[in-house]
Amino acid sequence: MLKIIKTRLKQGCRTLAFPKRKPPALPPRYRGRPVIAGTDTGAITFSPDSGAAYSTEYRMAVSKREELKEEKALARALKAEMLRIFGRSLKLRQVSAGGCNSCEADLNVLTTPVYDLGRFGIQFVASPRHADGIIVTGPITRNMREALLATYAAIPDPKIVIASGACAISGGMFAGSPEVSGGLDTIIPVDLYIPGCPPHPLTTLDGLLRLLGRIKKNTR
Amino acid sequence: MELFNGAAIPSGDIPFLAPGEFRAEVLRLCGEGARLVNFFGSPDESGGARLFAILGLDEDSELRIVSTLISAELPRYEALTPDLLQAHLFEREIAEQWAIMPQGHPWLKPLRYHSNYRGVPDIWKDIATRTIPGAYPFYAVEGEEVHEVGVGPVHAGIIEPGHFRFQCHGEEILHLEIQLGYQHRGIEPLMRGNDLKRCALLSEAIAGDTSIGHSIAFCETAESLAACAIPPKAQAIRAVALELERLANHAGDLGALGMDAGFLPSSAYFGRMRGDYLNLLLELSGNRFGKGLCRPGGVLFDIDEAMARDFCRKLTVYKREFDEVSDLLFSRPSVLARFEGAGTLSVKTARELGLVGPAARASQVERDARIDYASGMWQFCHVPISLGATGDVYARALVRRQEADRSLEFLLKILPSLPQGGIFTPPPPLRPGCLAVSLVEGWRGEIAHVGMTDCRGGFARYKIKDPSFHNWFGLALAMRNQEISDFPLCNKSFNLSYCGHDL
Repeated sequence: MLKIIKTRLKQGCRTLAFPKRKPPALPPRYRGRPVIAGTDTGAITFSPDSGAAYSTEYRMAVSKREELKEEKALARALKAEMLRIFGRSLKLRQVSAGGCNSCEADLNVLTTPVYDLGRFGIQFVASPRHADGIIVTGPITRNMREALLATYAAIPDPKIVIASGACAISGGMFAGSPEVSGGLDTIIPVDLYIPGCPPHPLTTLDGLLRLLGRIKKNTR
Repeated sequence: MELFNGAAIPSGDIPFLAPGEFRAEVLRLCGEGARLVNFFGSPDESGGARLFAILGLDEDSELRIVSTLISAELPRYEALTPDLLQAHLFEREIAEQWAIMPQGHPWLKPLRYHSNYRGVPDIWKDIATRTIPGAYPFYAVEGEEVHEVGVGPVHAGIIEPGHFRFQCHGEEILHLEIQLGYQHRGIEPLMRGNDLKRCALLSEAIAGDTSIGHSIAFCETAESLAACAIPPKAQAIRAVALELERLANHAGDLGALGMDAGFLPSSAYFGRMRGDYLNLLLELSGNRFGKGLCRPGGVLFDIDEAMARDFCRKLTVYKREFDEVSDLLFSRPSVLARFEGAGTLSVKTARELGLVGPAARASQVERDARIDYASGMWQFCHVPISLGATGDVYARALVRRQEADRSLEFLLKILPSLPQGGIFTPPPPLRPGCLAVSLVEGWRGEIAHVGMTDCRGGFARYKIKDPSFHNWFGLALAMRNQEISDFPLCNKSFNLSYCGHDL
């Protein structure tokens, strides 16, 4: 018991003060929003040898598919009615529909002490029946399509849909394979798009908090 | 015929045995202690398929390749599985990919639910059109008191999909069958031609948590086929990245195991510590999983002296924290009570199934590709093997702890003395008509990629084997006669890749 208390005191509090304060600067090699305007951030994998130059801007989540090409677009809060219901308590069901596990891993990390999603009232739940929305990763493989649709149908209305990662938004590097779809919004309507391969946890957190109106500023 | 990790051979030099002789030769070599590293089919101009078996003689650090031709007129052969259990999934894969019947296979069921690549009628009717949840002939145990529990494909946490079907008698699991295929994206057909950039991206996405492991395997395969050596500093940086990946995942696993045993303090700390290692990869490569670091010809990002010093400083702190939190976890009687004796796999079963990685080493099976088939940096720098004795969850956790300690020691040793020089030389074109194999010890175990080029120097066939391909059946067998409430713990103690299996 003493060992547990001692370790706890040693480990201290590691939770980021974000969004009250700016998060720690991301390393210079981090590949955030591409420098060239008009790039569709939902269709790229942010690879260093694609010919594109990248900034360290991590705020890339948006509310509409077309806005992924706009340099200044940021996710907007839900409408007043939805905000009233979900603003202080949002339960999300995660579905991996062909994800390679990096998007999933960086969603898992949001529940760990540094990001601590729970303090915002956001939680990942075990059953779609308990959920307010669904967050999907992966290019939606043919073999997961039915399970995804069944999970979506099992979530009571009103519900929100979040596409996390290049694969979920556009099929990513698998676009063109007969085994995957062309993006989540070709199957169900999407409320939040979070680009990245995988999206940095701060990109996801920023998107979720903007969706819930916790980060008010709509411009950079 | 002998084959080397990282050296290409002309495909035309590989001798083809008749199917019966092929079977006999593979069984003979395995009887003498070899094991299947990869076993797959490849298209043949005649309309049939060539089968290649790559066998590893771990103790001698040698590889052998044996092959045969299955004709289009007679698309079947006598299955190896009844005499060689480790061939089980490989033969199901060959049946699905090439519509070649392994006669006498005791467990011939679909694997990834897609049409075969020869364009002939599939072995299973409507395999590519039916929806797969439930469309699988599960082995059922009859009896009034027996009940079935089905879990998945969507699982309770944030995790990849797969279906687990338990046959239970009360709390006791009589049999577990695992149906995968939900993550099948069709990577192998996409790895064709000579767009090496695209192939590199795909290799990083085979299993995103093993981006470094798989991308190194791809790069080394391409480099063997191009007959080019990469600068020593690039070898060292790849090794640094691979060990950081191992550390991140082992820390995450130890955290998850503690959580499933009901001990949360260590889980919170390990979860954060996992992020520390990922952040080092982020500093190095601009991506938390190391995507974008390795490319054929070397690596794209350098570690200069300042970065090496900074990494050493951080890793020294991380090592201390890792040891403290591990002590916290492994000294809890409540945790040990859950870990010990759960999900035990005997050394005999581990060998029979051809298990790899920490799961095998926890059952006393000494195999580690960094030692047995050392390539790159591991030819110069040894990491001692970490073995467990009891083959249970405790042993698998302990092996992870030991491996993490050794990875930290390895990093603290090589970072202050990285080789000088460049990190990338553009590779020449791939040589036509060649075959190369590359083995890498990823954090889950041995990764094996095989690349075969056509007469134009592009990939005609690219075969990927993730370590999970060997180990999923190990998990299923480890659950026999265990309590169903121990399943999450045992599953996490293996922590296998769904997408690495499904490709």
